[in-house]
Amino acid sequence: MNTLTFRRAAVALVVLLSAVSAHAQIAVRGETVHTMAGASIRDGVVLVRGGKIERVGPASSVKIPKEYRVITARVVTPGLVDAHTVVGLSGYLNQPHDQMQLERSSPMQPELRATDAYDARERLIEWLRTLGVTTIHTGHGPGALVSGQTLIAKTTGAEVEDAVIVPFAMVAATLGDSAIMEGGRAPGTNAKMVAMLRGELLKAQEYDRKWQAAKEDQKPARDLRMEAYARVLRREIPLLVTAHRSQNIVAALRLAKEFNIRVVLDGASESYLVVEQIKAAGVNVVVHPTMYRAAGEAENLSMETAATLRHAGVTVAIQSGFEPYVPKTRAVLFEAAVAAANGMTFDEALAAVTIDAARVLGVEARVGSIEAGKDADLALFDGDPFEYTTHVTTVLINGRVVSEEKR
Amino acid sequence: MKKLLFLFFALACAAAPTRAQGERAVAYTGATVINATGQTISDGVLVVRGGKIVAVGTRSSTRVPEGAQVVDVTGKVIMPGIVDTHSHIGGAAGADGSAPIQPDVRVLDAVNVRDTSLMRARAGGITTVNIMPGSGHLLSGQTVYIKLRRGSTIEDLAIRDAAGNLAGGIKMANGTNPLRANSTGPFPDTRAREASLVREQFVRAQDYREKVRRAGGDKSKLPARDLSMEALAEALDGKRVVHFHTHRHDDILTAVRLSKEFGFRVVLHHVTEGWKVADEIARAGVPASITIVDSPGGKLEAVDARLETAAVLDRAGVLLAIHTDDYITDSRLLLRSAALAVRAGLPREKAVYALTLAGARMLDLQDRTGSLEAGKDADFVVLSGDPFSVYTHVLETYVEGVKVFDRSDRQDRLYATGGYGAGYGQHLDFECYAEREGGSQR
Repeated sequence: MNTLTFRRAAVALVVLLSAVSAHAQIAVRGETVHTMAGASIRDGVVLVRGGKIERVGPASSVKIPKEYRVITARVVTPGLVDAHTVVGLSGYLNQPHDQMQLERSSPMQPELRATDAYDARERLIEWLRTLGVTTIHTGHGPGALVSGQTLIAKTTGAEVEDAVIVPFAMVAATLGDSAIMEGGRAPGTNAKMVAMLRGELLKAQEYDRKWQAAKEDQKPARDLRMEAYARVLRREIPLLVTAHRSQNIVAALRLAKEFNIRVVLDGASESYLVVEQIKAAGVNVVVHPTMYRAAGEAENLSMETAATLRHAGVTVAIQSGFEPYVPKTRAVLFEAAVAAANGMTFDEALAAVTIDAARVLGVEARVGSIEAGKDADLALFDGDPFEYTTHVTTVLINGRVVSEEKR
Repeated sequence: MKKLLFLFFALACAAAPTRAQGERAVAYTGATVINATGQTISDGVLVVRGGKIVAVGTRSSTRVPEGAQVVDVTGKVIMPGIVDTHSHIGGAAGADGSAPIQPDVRVLDAVNVRDTSLMRARAGGITTVNIMPGSGHLLSGQTVYIKLRRGSTIEDLAIRDAAGNLAGGIKMANGTNPLRANSTGPFPDTRAREASLVREQFVRAQDYREKVRRAGGDKSKLPARDLSMEALAEALDGKRVVHFHTHRHDDILTAVRLSKEFGFRVVLHHVTEGWKVADEIARAGVPASITIVDSPGGKLEAVDARLETAAVLDRAGVLLAIHTDDYITDSRLLLRSAALAVRAGLPREKAVYALTLAGARMLDLQDRTGSLEAGKDADFVVLSGDPFSVYTHVLETYVEGVKVFDRSDRQDRLYATGGYGAGYGQHLDFECYAEREGGSQR
């Protein structure tokens, strides 16, 4: 066999094997299965087939077919959903060439697509995957008034096309100090930020009105920026507003009302001061990492904020956020754990990184709970998932084992 | 009015906790006592008087002095106060940008003891801290060892040696942080230059020390006082430990090489690639105090960070401590750092040791703090449960017998959980990691 033939054979074998594993039939048996759809199951079984969850229930009623590979664990949860991160754009090395989450050449660039910058092979994505994180909402980060678009992806796949499940999830905006431009450029104040954003949205309303009113052959020239805002104005996607100070949070709520747009609050360190307003506005919150550093605009953050919001009836997700330095990312598994020790119940904290996070992202029909028909994304643990000394033992995405590292 | 004011202050002072001898003993009974020695006592008793530990042991073997106040802590866990060998609480900077080596600069002249970061450290069960200047220099100044007593000046908090001097070490660094790209000034641009600049200064300090020795106490023969040389001479004499920031395997061994050449005592800090050279570190007999971050990345020198480093160093026989490097990790979460080391294979009793007595040894304070033993300072923490469980909270922290943190107190609790005003005045300053070029800071 010459080298070329050998290579071809090897490639064929790999393709064959991956095809087999893609359609692998797996039974996950857990001493406790937290389905996040009803009560958790003692001695539960999750049957996985064709990338989807086939069936879930107690071992006494769910028979495991002979041909299924059985994987056991102390605890099984849905694959974790990170409601806001920048991994894939903000890389592991933290060098200029791998920091693609923020472009500050101008303050408002909603036309920047996350899909054009997402590096599916980034090492931080692999890291999060081994910690049970299977779905991420990532893209352009905080730090500009409108920094760009976000996407939702699975933490698997070699290229963005393999990974992405929602290519344009939200438009990312920031109200607060980090969006201030230097050197006398606008915006230089928080009030100016709101004025500029209102101006843009007014323009976009007009653009969208003209576009919709025009006959097919008389459409006005396309404007990528206006197109992105128009999707927000049509309530097809939310505006993700990173705001930590209470005055910036209520400014975001004011915008939501004025333009009848969907806003998702992000960070929201001082949200506990304006819980009633947030609740009245019906806005969901992707709260800062529980262990986020309390400094600058986030100096007043509390580890109990996720609990405070949740107990007030607000839908809360916990994020890993953006880290400028060491470590370069956080992991929602760890952040939810500390939330569970600071006012949230175990179920509430787990929901904030599974089903509630999926709801905030609008992908709850596909991920976030263990139910028949949903994507077979699972995280397996050798103990209480939130305990510092527990390990993630196996991770499945779309029915395939993607990590068996004990971490 | 003046009289009233005086009375107010007199009362305030009287109400302040005192540590006079002959003070009434306090016995904390019923807790599980986890000691630094690896011993765990269930239904234990800890007796404290005059700021010192009088006795510790099982209920049946430990005599509670007559008239002692008994505090029932059944169901709780008591462990020694945590020693943080590397922290930047107090908002202090050391050396400035004028030179890469500044041994004359003392961080104690700049610490704000009212900084909220000190409250967070108390909330984390930390009782002893080595406050360090940053790592953007080869030598950024003198560090200060403090107890987290409640006080209004650094003198109130500082630890004094037998001669009454404020105790501290020297902060040094190698690798990328002290480098300046294309430097034409006094800062180095390569690793070899870093080492040569350091050697030059230690050679000078050797000469200075020799001159002082030859003067034999004759003031007329003493060299003119040089504050930098004095501090380096103290390092050469072993009176000041050199706390050496170092990440990469080769930088770690450079720090060891310099310490052997000049005979200064060194504690390696961060030691990110220590897992690659664990045997070499062990053979050199040099201790390591490490930072544990829960996820990787962010700094070129630290790309090979591993949670297993603690376990690997311990297995090799290296004396191991775990520190915060606050703001890199949060002082409220140092127990968590040790728990993550346990997750990655460090035995639990070694993790307790790494948080307490190991650090005390690295600061020459092992006779005063770091373990619960009769005669030592009454520095201890009351926990709600297993020290390495996420669900456990620090309930109370005691320094020399005085409660300095109480989770049931509303204001103290604010610092434990965060909330409005808890982070007042905090600025993100990655003292020990901040690279001067490259890495995006936004």
